[in-house]
Amino acid sequence: MKGERDVKRIYLDNNATTAVRPEVLQGMLPFFCEAFGNPSSVHWAGSQVSPAIEKARGQVAQLLNCQPTEIVFTACGSEGDNFALKGTVDVLREKGNHIITTAVEHPAVLDTCRFLEKKGVEITYLPVDGEGRLDLDLLERSITPRTILISVMWANNETGVVFPIHEIGVVARRHKVRFFCDAVQAVGRLPVDVQKAQVDLLSLSGHKIGAPKGVGALFVRKGNPLTPLIHGGHQERRRRAGTHNVPGIVGLGIACQKAMDELSFVPGRMEPLRECLQSGLLTLVPEIKVNGASAPRLPNTLNLCFAGIEGEALLLHLDIAGIAASSGSACTSDDHGMSHVLEAMGVDPLLGQSSVRFSLGRDTVAEDIDRVLEVVPGVVQKLRDMSPFWEGRACRRAS
Amino acid sequence: MYSEKVLDHFTNPRNVGEMTNADATGEFGSSHCGDTIKVFLKVEDNVIQDIKFKTFGCAAAIASSSIMTEMVRGKTLEDGLQLTNDMVAEALDGLPPEKMHCSCLAADGLHKAIQNYLNGQK
Ligand SMILES: Cc1ncc(COP(=O)(O)O)c(C=O)c1O
Ligand SMILES: [Zn+2]
Repeated sequence: MKGERDVKRIYLDNNATTAVRPEVLQGMLPFFCEAFGNPSSVHWAGSQVSPAIEKARGQVAQLLNCQPTEIVFTACGSEGDNFALKGTVDVLREKGNHIITTAVEHPAVLDTCRFLEKKGVEITYLPVDGEGRLDLDLLERSITPRTILISVMWANNETGVVFPIHEIGVVARRHKVRFFCDAVQAVGRLPVDVQKAQVDLLSLSGHKIGAPKGVGALFVRKGNPLTPLIHGGHQERRRRAGTHNVPGIVGLGIACQKAMDELSFVPGRMEPLRECLQSGLLTLVPEIKVNGASAPRLPNTLNLCFAGIEGEALLLHLDIAGIAASSGSACTSDDHGMSHVLEAMGVDPLLGQSSVRFSLGRDTVAEDIDRVLEVVPGVVQKLRDMSPFWEGRACRRAS
Repeated sequence: MYSEKVLDHFTNPRNVGEMTNADATGEFGSSHCGDTIKVFLKVEDNVIQDIKFKTFGCAAAIASSSIMTEMVRGKTLEDGLQLTNDMVAEALDGLPPEKMHCSCLAADGLHKAIQNYLNGQK
């Protein structure tokens, strides 16, 4: 039923995951059956694959503008986030026990912080304003002599709001505090240069940039020791044990190479399409709110609230029409439905339940946007017509 | 995730809308997720002659509301009061476990409207 047979499928959920790029898959294939060795082995089978790992390390390093030795391969973005936070807390426990982060981080950071809080670490969750922006002065004033880490995401996964990472890097350097950035959503969509940004740790995830699921990387600046999360073998210079996911790492390298090649034009192609979707919806559907509209945003992300209806119901209608998008709110029994990001932005709880996120990809075309603009107004009206919260409201339709 | 029945009632809800000359209305909002239903009743000789609803909520909430109206239309008020969320969920060929609370909405909204009707009669 879902994504029905005869409707064209349109995928606008690229912040959730992306398809593996054909070039990436091609590059990975030899590393399953032919070059299958364990890169740690000294014999021919191992030495066949270790150069491939180092090549991939170089490709990731080039995208981030760092040394290859500063790249640690991980299994996902969540691992990088856990590693950066827990590893820092352990290694710097003599120096202090205070972390500064934001209220809108991904759960991989927020839940890790809550876990560390239970272990006695002090966490400051910086608020954001109505547009999702941070107060840099407040960040700086939150630093104490016991602060060991500032953890701020490059771009928010729900709203696409981009934080002033370069300015935060300056503040962190000035106070000699380690700076970790979750760049899972920014890599491949914005230039991410760890030297310009002066970050010390930075996480990324393969499946958001056309590599497969199950591979990621953490940049660890030289001179910033980190206690391993996974103990065992001597892989990754003893920073991360576990036999390498060779095909995945090779794929991540190619995806980073491609992202680098395309950075000059792919984001520039997505942004006008996103603008077209945004202005089209604002024109066709009354009483909608674009979240983070006046903040700097990723070129591919559009997060909106549709007053009077519930986001999940809208998503299912879109799904039936072949359009895949996502909703920050979920109606589950143990959940209040409102996303923590919109809550931190002060969005009214009822309005917050109507949020939908469209996230474009490098393959998104104008026809996809046209189709969304064709489908959304009708289903929103249908849901509003049956909503007790829409009663008595005129359905003004701007022309 | 959802049964064909849920998708049918979600995409094509029965008895949706308002009633200007209702004998009673009942509104119920879930404290869990904010899903809210408004039920309109037309009652004659202790029988639910007509019923309409408006619902804000997820697909499970909308489908539950819709099928609930079909289940009690033409039935007595006592039958209506005996309707449970399990009966609603069952009529929909089941709901995912995390969506069971959405089916309460329909039964609770109906009970509220019937209660309001009976209180008004006194
Ligand atoms: C900002 C951000 N951080 C971390 C993650 C987790 O990445 P992964 O799915 O690779 O564990 C995501 C994925 O949604 C994300 O958007
Ligand atoms: Zn619900």
